[in-house]
Amino acid sequence: MAVRPSETTIRSMFACSLAAAVLAVLVSPVAWAQVAIRAGTVHTMAGESIADGVIVITGGKIAAVGPAISTPIPPGHEVIEAAVATPGLVDARGTAGLTGVFNSPHDSDQIEPSAAVQPALRAIDAYNPRERLIQWLREFGVTTLHTGHAPGKLVSGQTIIVKTRGNTVEEALVRSPAMVSATLGPSANEGSGRAPGTRGKQVAMLREELIKAAEFVEKRRRAQGAAAGASEGAKDAKPATPPERNLHLEMLGEVIEGRVPLLVHADRAQDIESALRLREEFGVRMVIESGAESYLVMDRIKASGIDVIVHPSMQRAVWSAENQSFETAATLSKAGIRVAIESGYESYVPKTRVVLFEAAIAAANGLGFDGALSAVTIDAARILGVDDRVGSIEVGKDGDVALYTGDPFEYTTRCVGVIIEGEVVSRVAR
Amino acid sequence: MKTGSRRCSPACLGAAVALFVAPASAGHAPSDTHAYVGARVIPISGSEIDRGVLVVRDGKIAAVGAEGSVAVPAGATVHDVMGKVIMPGLVDTHSHVGGIGAADSTGPIQPGVRVYDSINPLDSGFRRVVSGGITTLNVMPGSGHLLSGQTVYLKMRRPEGDPPRTIEALFIRDHAGRPMGGIKMANGTNSIGGAPFPGTRGKSAFLVREQFIRAREYAEKIKSATGEDGVVDESKRPARDLGLEALVDVMEGRTIVHHHTHRADDIITVLRLRDEFGFRVVLHHVSEAWKVADEIASAERSGGVLGCSVILVDAPGGKLEATELSMETGAALARAGATVAYHSDDWITDSRLFLRMAALGVRGGLDRGEALRAMTLAGARMLDLGDRVGSLEPGKDADFIILSGDPLSVYTKIEQTWVEGRKVFDRADPDDHLHQVGGYGAGRDQTPYLCCAGGSGS
Repeated sequence: MAVRPSETTIRSMFACSLAAAVLAVLVSPVAWAQVAIRAGTVHTMAGESIADGVIVITGGKIAAVGPAISTPIPPGHEVIEAAVATPGLVDARGTAGLTGVFNSPHDSDQIEPSAAVQPALRAIDAYNPRERLIQWLREFGVTTLHTGHAPGKLVSGQTIIVKTRGNTVEEALVRSPAMVSATLGPSANEGSGRAPGTRGKQVAMLREELIKAAEFVEKRRRAQGAAAGASEGAKDAKPATPPERNLHLEMLGEVIEGRVPLLVHADRAQDIESALRLREEFGVRMVIESGAESYLVMDRIKASGIDVIVHPSMQRAVWSAENQSFETAATLSKAGIRVAIESGYESYVPKTRVVLFEAAIAAANGLGFDGALSAVTIDAARILGVDDRVGSIEVGKDGDVALYTGDPFEYTTRCVGVIIEGEVVSRVAR
Repeated sequence: MKTGSRRCSPACLGAAVALFVAPASAGHAPSDTHAYVGARVIPISGSEIDRGVLVVRDGKIAAVGAEGSVAVPAGATVHDVMGKVIMPGLVDTHSHVGGIGAADSTGPIQPGVRVYDSINPLDSGFRRVVSGGITTLNVMPGSGHLLSGQTVYLKMRRPEGDPPRTIEALFIRDHAGRPMGGIKMANGTNSIGGAPFPGTRGKSAFLVREQFIRAREYAEKIKSATGEDGVVDESKRPARDLGLEALVDVMEGRTIVHHHTHRADDIITVLRLRDEFGFRVVLHHVSEAWKVADEIASAERSGGVLGCSVILVDAPGGKLEATELSMETGAALARAGATVAYHSDDWITDSRLFLRMAALGVRGGLDRGEALRAMTLAGARMLDLGDRVGSLEPGKDADFIILSGDPLSVYTKIEQTWVEGRKVFDRADPDDHLHQVGGYGAGRDQTPYLCCAGGSGS
């Protein structure tokens, strides 16, 4: 059966959201409560901000948004007031849920150490929706999180996109797999005589794996084609043997066929260039993550048309990231490259970063308020391919909203309410 | 002249050191008087002044007050800082910049080791420090030991307009000319490890008590070898022991203990040891201080506890003893009546964004005035420097920062940093700008202190 990539994506997404919907109704009767928000300023991220605005959420979706004077609140809706409303924030890349607050073996599933290349590792099999870090992110306004296997292995595994709520990963899930996580640079070296041990070896190994995956895909395609030919009665078609199941190659095959992007963590300029060279060779979909020195190779990034999920502004500027800048996101954005800002991966304290805080530093360092808010809402959603559901406050999108006492990026502003698909998931002041 | 000063002879260096010890001793021309006019002035020692005048003479603050009430001296160089904000240089009570290394892995208690014998003053971490408005800092060894050595208090001077090339140029000296510093101690999980390190909290406290008792006995031996005339009988004097000497300084109150401690019961253990040995202590990090704020405040009122130096990080956890940290710790301590300072713990948080600590404290409920005091005067007092730095008052060192706006706003930039009347950072200078915002070359010479992070370098 030859399946076009878009069909698979749409079908699996539909199945997921249908399952989630059924579960939500069965498990949590308040999940689709009717909520309306009235805010002094509504940053919709779809056109101009609205002064004294109203957002109506019905059945988990945004039913109306507009000025209070012309946007009636239907009966039966709880009205929540705040100074500022934004779309629920979208963290374009973190590890929370696979990493936990205790940083102990029992809550650290971000890296499996036994092999350098393990694309078959699924994030859904490790994500803990009740992890305290998830609650922490949620209470600052993060409602959508792209999380999963961490940087630090040549290919560490898969990622998923979740909403920061739910009692099971199925309830939280937006998409699985979202991307396959790869790393180029010294942090992906294995050490003690194991491969890879150099940049050259990293790229050689990755090329080998991608070539194997391409051959796997081709062999499977031929076998499927032959089977289809046989059923149509072509008598002289030789029976082609399908390749043996191989979960790693099947996943990399998804990358080769363009259904799942390769997420490449690269900081040094030469590592970013290596990633782009791989992209050109294999034609895969790719997103660059971190990109501490991405400002040195902007022309090449722009020519490739790919997006960059920029390192947390306050990530420690050491080792491969020693030349990172508070202005990285601004510099790329001004060059016409689409950027999001990530919480990234932290091995120590703070155990997770909060994109609200990271975007604030970028806002103050050239990206500006609108650019920074885009980088943690609509542009993050676009890079993740979920902008049909989240990232802006528009009719028909998920009812995900964050409420603040003022400019969300000001240090002294507090997040006072968070709503996910119409459910008020936080009422504390953070 | 860069080349000339690079080749400075030892004698010349000695002269330079002497100059920094007493920068105001020589006679100065009237041009050494500067007036900064028109800024909003936050003196910390008094109310904020909408349009103020700050007068600096010979590296010291000569006057501060409202425009009109403070005269600009004749012949003073006038700096128009209308629309800006001026506040004291920030005091960071806990930093690890400079590629430090003190105690090694051979034992958990090493009071004889001085951190300043390890510091590279050219480390670009110091450039970030001044770009964050920090003018005084306590550089400490890490928390992987019960006692990891002697800390050093530094002033971010920039003699001759160049970054300093000797650590001596940064020393803050006491009345006897000795470089000032404290003692770094730690309890909880960081200092626990395989032998000879303690394996439990009980063993940790035991090892500390044992060592302090030894130091007490050492002090008594010296005392009994000392005649009424104060002369020590060298034949009766115990052999010199640098570690015990340092602990005697601690027990006699000359040196302050800077104590890493997170969990509420660990904090109380510090207070218990303090009561037994009588040292003066600042409680650092104190993630769970909100659980025992009344006990801490009560200990501070009884004397010996100088307050808490708090760190805020952006999420809890990463290690067991930080899972209960709260942005409201500063507010809880202040409510209970304890003194609050903040620190960067650089590289745990970034010196360039040190002011963010105060703002997050306010987010957590701390009063604005107390938050700004926590970044300046409160920290200075925790280093025994409250009479020299931390507020804009006549007679104090002219250490101050010029900001583009309110110190608690994310959008505000630190535009200039001044130490003892000299400009040590200027955002308008391209190289200073590079170190403030980052970019290619900003990490040059930088040696991050890894401490307990465990993770491998990338």
